[in-house]
Amino acid sequence: MLKLEKRQADSRLMSYVSPLIAIVLTLLAGALLFSVLGHDPLHALYTFFISPLTNAYGWTELGIKVAPLLLCAMGLTLCYRAKIWNIGAEGQFIMGALGGSMAALQFLDAESRWVLVPILISGSISGLLWGALAAWLKTRFNANEILTTIMLNYIALNALLYAVHGPLRDPAGFNFPESAMFADAALLPLFSDDYRLNISILFALFFTVVIWTVMARSWVGYQIQVLGEDAKAARYAGFNTNRLTWFALLVCGALAGLAGVAEVTGPIGQLIPHVSPGYGYAAIIVVFLGRMQPFGILLASMLLALTFMGGEMVQIEMSLPKSLTGLFQGMLLFFLLAADLLISYRIVFQPRTARA
Amino acid sequence: MPAQESTMRLHLSGIRKEYPGCLANDDIELLVNAGETHALLGENGAGKSTLMKIIYGVIKPDAGKIVWQGEAIQMNGPAHARQLGIGMVFQHFSLFETLTVAENIALSLPADESRDMEALSERIREISTHYGMALDPDRHVHTLSVGAQQRVEIVRCLLQDIKLLILDEPTSVLTPQEVRELFRTLKTLAAEGCSILFISHKLDEVTELCNAATVLRNGRVTGRCNPQEVSSEDLARMMVGEDTPLNQNYQKAEGGETALSLNNLSFTPEDPFGVTLNNLNLKVKAGEILGIAGVAGNGQDELCALLSGEETTSPESIELLGQNIGAMSPDQRRRLGFAFVPEERLGRGAVPNMSLVENTLLSSSHRDLKANGWINYRKVREFARDIIEKYNVKCANEYAQAKSLSGGNLQKFIIGREIEQQPKLLVCSHPTWGVDIGAAILIRHALIQLRDEGAAIIVVSEDIDELYQISDRIGAICDGQLSPVKPTQDVGIETLGQWMAGQFGHDSANPSSLESAHA
Repeated sequence: MLKLEKRQADSRLMSYVSPLIAIVLTLLAGALLFSVLGHDPLHALYTFFISPLTNAYGWTELGIKVAPLLLCAMGLTLCYRAKIWNIGAEGQFIMGALGGSMAALQFLDAESRWVLVPILISGSISGLLWGALAAWLKTRFNANEILTTIMLNYIALNALLYAVHGPLRDPAGFNFPESAMFADAALLPLFSDDYRLNISILFALFFTVVIWTVMARSWVGYQIQVLGEDAKAARYAGFNTNRLTWFALLVCGALAGLAGVAEVTGPIGQLIPHVSPGYGYAAIIVVFLGRMQPFGILLASMLLALTFMGGEMVQIEMSLPKSLTGLFQGMLLFFLLAADLLISYRIVFQPRTARA
Repeated sequence: MPAQESTMRLHLSGIRKEYPGCLANDDIELLVNAGETHALLGENGAGKSTLMKIIYGVIKPDAGKIVWQGEAIQMNGPAHARQLGIGMVFQHFSLFETLTVAENIALSLPADESRDMEALSERIREISTHYGMALDPDRHVHTLSVGAQQRVEIVRCLLQDIKLLILDEPTSVLTPQEVRELFRTLKTLAAEGCSILFISHKLDEVTELCNAATVLRNGRVTGRCNPQEVSSEDLARMMVGEDTPLNQNYQKAEGGETALSLNNLSFTPEDPFGVTLNNLNLKVKAGEILGIAGVAGNGQDELCALLSGEETTSPESIELLGQNIGAMSPDQRRRLGFAFVPEERLGRGAVPNMSLVENTLLSSSHRDLKANGWINYRKVREFARDIIEKYNVKCANEYAQAKSLSGGNLQKFIIGREIEQQPKLLVCSHPTWGVDIGAAILIRHALIQLRDEGAAIIVVSEDIDELYQISDRIGAICDGQLSPVKPTQDVGIETLGQWMAGQFGHDSANPSSLESAHA
């Protein structure tokens, strides 16, 4: 008879093994799914997970997708360490893209690269303000941030749709819901003309290091962790809970906003209705899969970036729907949450004993 | 002590219960005779409660035999135990506060007995009067004092044909007067042939009440005796083992200048179940320990939170060394020389999942351990090591998680962390609650030493023996009001008991009016 038994202490080993278990189970479930759909499961998994990375172009495309995931994930890490369950990176990303685009459209004739500075800043500030809204609702009205940030995501999406269908629509764009193409000077510099990879990946890596140093060494990072682990201890120590909440949500908003503006000034080059394929949501999975540790988050962001590419690949090569991306991401989170049970519990085998 | 089969009510042998990482009961033998008041003695964590739950059928032992009235049985749960005539009063009552006494009792009875509420009320009245603990069946439970609520629990057991009554630390929530009333009841019960199993770690109570005792330590039986025949010393020795010093007497101190004063401090908590503090006035002198006694839930939590800065109030109602601190944050108060040991050590005094190094920083960040917003972890680590060494904290190393330490060791760590900040005022809430005797002695010693160095100390505790031992002046809190505070040697246990029950005005009140003071 199998029985779950509470461990004496949480298993450190299992907290690292659990993501691997989740990945293996996701692959198995994926294989099952493909074979039910009538495809060779091995070939399908190969197409989904490996063929995107068989050439240098694929790796640079991965980098393009890792950057926004990493930026959002680091911001979310700050929030989740404080147990502020911000689901709003998606909305903050969209607002960043929207605010950045509004700035970029002011500089359609720009020649100087320096225009990128006000564009990136206005994108970051737009995301920050969107995060501030959630912080204000939480600290002023004690409104649950899970609900408010989800609702703010939809508001952001509708604001974006309004903008591309209305004020920001390209007058010369044949009524397509898109903005004008940004000036070349307003686009993030590329590493090489052969690939689309731009310097946003450097932003992402830079802020990964910054956020991590803040968490590990700074007083505010310590306070955030205490608040998340034990709110009563934070109160005992006299930490200002509201100020920490503001800090975490503002930083997260700014980073997600930066990711958003880097997307429109990067691979897209204009504002379109679908600026985000769901980076803000996928980043939540990245944070948990990466165990809120910097290196783990880096690896997890690569895996999640791969699911976006894999979805496109199976659509092109096997005419399967792109929404498989969401399916794989969902399974990953699902299996991860299940496997995380083994961090605090272990399965013991109990031979059936005769009982009166 | 061999007994004939006929008088033997309960006989456990070879009882074993293992929890992950903890052997709670190991090869336990326990024998309770008819009409015997049997004490089960042991420190916190000795395995008493586990054993009681096994007898009451709440948990099943891994091995062992239970013989009830000469018949080997398999206990199938509390309902089965009640059927056999076993009743238990838990430390934490299981009463619905919004229901009346009779309704609460009806809930635990079989359906056919609880249908006629009139008859039930009559029986409750009859039985409660018979055992000298009058109860009004129509009263709502939330209007009863803690002592009266306990009586409801006991009467509930007595309604059945009871042969063994188990009481889990029944006196810990009672004032001395209420304890005496309880003991009278128990003696009547025993005289009628009911066996009583009395769990406690208070030796004087055991000596007064019991005529047999089994002592547990670390899950094993370490002694059996008749408390009437052996001294309290011997009993204590069996409880704590050979190598721990038992008692120490401390010199009382006079104290000097006023360090802290409460000036008409009133406070209404946001929590609807909190206690409203009413016009508290108190002066604590530097170089003295002031003890505040009281039954839990009489405003201690609110008072401590106000002192620590977790709750704030008007600035002038709390004055520390001449400064009005009532509105200051905990951090600001610490900078002025305040330190606080809260009641909950895990989950307030220390973060369970964080290491001792990180927990060191929790309340001592103002002590030059950080600069420009960055933490100097090397200094923090040194400080943590100092505490661990000086206060003999047993742990793997300074990176051990707080939750991996035993209660006593964690408490030593927290006390050490607060004392090493050289506070001018230290507030301790239940400093030795649930701590083994060795750690308790070390903690008391550290407090006395801090006092002698000139700090003012407030100790809030339910442990009256401890308060008498270490306090220079003593007072009590009841229902959000403070009693007068007098030198400890001038306050008899009688007086303190009355204070704890809320009678401050006159020194000689008769115990029978206690109930009215509570209601």
